[in-house]
Amino acid sequence: MNKNPNNQMPVLRDAPVLRIENLESYYGPIMAIRGVSLEVREGQIVTILGANGAGKTTLLKTISGVMTPAKGIIELNGENISTLEADQIVKKHMVHVPEGREIFPLLSVEKNISIGAYVRKDREEIKRDEEMVYSYFPILKERAKQQAGTLSGGQQQMLAIARGLMAKPKIMLLDEPSLGLSPLLVEEIFTILKRLNVEQKVTMVLVEQNAKVALDVADYGYVMELGRIVMADDADKLENSKDIQAFYLGVRQDNERGQRRYKQRKTWR
Amino acid sequence: MDMMQLLISGLANGCVYGLIALGFVLIYKATEAVNFAQGDFMMLGAFITIWLTNTEYLGLNFYLAVPIAILIMGVLGYLLDILVIRRMFGQPQIAVVILTIALGFIIRFVVGAIWGHDPHLLETPFAGKELKIGALVLGYEEIAVIIVTLLLTFMLFTFFRKAKLGQAMQAASQNQLAAYYVGIPVKKIQSLVWALAGIVAAVAGALFASKGAIDPSTGLLGIKAFAAAVIGGFGSLPGALIGGLIIGVVEPFAAYYLPAGYSQVAPYAIMLLVLIFRPAGLFAQMQNKKV
Repeated sequence: MNKNPNNQMPVLRDAPVLRIENLESYYGPIMAIRGVSLEVREGQIVTILGANGAGKTTLLKTISGVMTPAKGIIELNGENISTLEADQIVKKHMVHVPEGREIFPLLSVEKNISIGAYVRKDREEIKRDEEMVYSYFPILKERAKQQAGTLSGGQQQMLAIARGLMAKPKIMLLDEPSLGLSPLLVEEIFTILKRLNVEQKVTMVLVEQNAKVALDVADYGYVMELGRIVMADDADKLENSKDIQAFYLGVRQDNERGQRRYKQRKTWR
Repeated sequence: MDMMQLLISGLANGCVYGLIALGFVLIYKATEAVNFAQGDFMMLGAFITIWLTNTEYLGLNFYLAVPIAILIMGVLGYLLDILVIRRMFGQPQIAVVILTIALGFIIRFVVGAIWGHDPHLLETPFAGKELKIGALVLGYEEIAVIIVTLLLTFMLFTFFRKAKLGQAMQAASQNQLAAYYVGIPVKKIQSLVWALAGIVAAVAGALFASKGAIDPSTGLLGIKAFAAAVIGGFGSLPGALIGGLIIGVVEPFAAYYLPAGYSQVAPYAIMLLVLIFRPAGLFAQMQNKKV
């Protein structure tokens, strides 16, 4: 959010690093993203909340170039990247950390990590970054020689994040890092994500169904439904909003008569 | 001594099967489709080498002609992917498989139309020379075949282990989507794999044609090599070579010791046995993938 009180032109450091405007994307004949616009500023963690099928993953895939948008603009540092291939976009220091188990199952853990630096050539620094990555995920160092497919779900998720870090990203697109993990592991991973955000200055776009943990770490949030953004606000405001509490945080709301309304209307419909 | 003689010639044959099987495995690993034209690639590579080398055609120096043939086959493999296979992207694997079967027919027809259906023999500098160790007589061709095959397999193996490009090929074959995410240009990598399959086929072809006559229908040998790849556990490079060697060695022994006809069936009988008792192949690497 641009909190410029005098309504002046925003200063340069406030310009969004990632700006998306009227993005439309199709899965075959199905329109999965129906005109999404959003902005991400440097150093922020921006979360995109939504239920299954809301189009969150498709949105990330479209941003990272795995899918090509039918319409709209994706601007990274002011440059339109909507027509670039995925490998070109990784070179521009934006990396997509996919959900769940998208790792290389038959390669060892260390090779999975080193292949994350595929687009880089600076060998010395790659070595240093490997150490950095292991310092965040010490368990991966212990399992370095093991086949990645034999890791547990949580470790595979960590591996996917570690691999993403090796591309030296300025922006990370994280697709449901909490998927299928125990609450304890979710907390561990989100603590690490927050640390990466602060210590390594990685800007993050965090797609989540788990609204509670996501809003806790995020600065700003968008709510997505059926391919559209239906709500956008600062994370703490979203967390306190009645609708979010009712539909995403599961907070029970009693009405005047002390009964629960089961057919509450969403304010955005 | 008979045993030894049979063994060596069997190994030499097996090397060629093994190299074709390597081609199967390469393509399978990269695209999850089986290239049933791999045997015909080999045959085409052989005819290109013959065309460059033999005095009745261009008559180039053998050691110049082979690298050129390898280059041509590499480029053909690359172009094949760009112009044909890539357009099948997103289609079911079976579509690619059927396409390669058709491609095999086309290659056999085109080669037959250009160079005729008579058997051709590659003129090599070491043709007819023999190495005598006691009563054992080894053709130079056979020795060359074995050495070159081992060398090539070793090179490919190290390439996939150590080289960045090799790693990227492995990564792309194991998880295409994840490969996109880390910035591997998956489409380009796949074209390079087809080029590599062409290169391996050219080497196999040159070796095959140097130790025996070849005609367009020899391309059907690919089916036998397919059996070799299955025995080796589709997906393992050394497995493919060893599968090829097993078949190559069993054939002459079956021909020598068993009634006529059995040697033709032997490779497939072995394949069946392997499929029954070790369905993932002798050197299974892919636990969760099925052919």
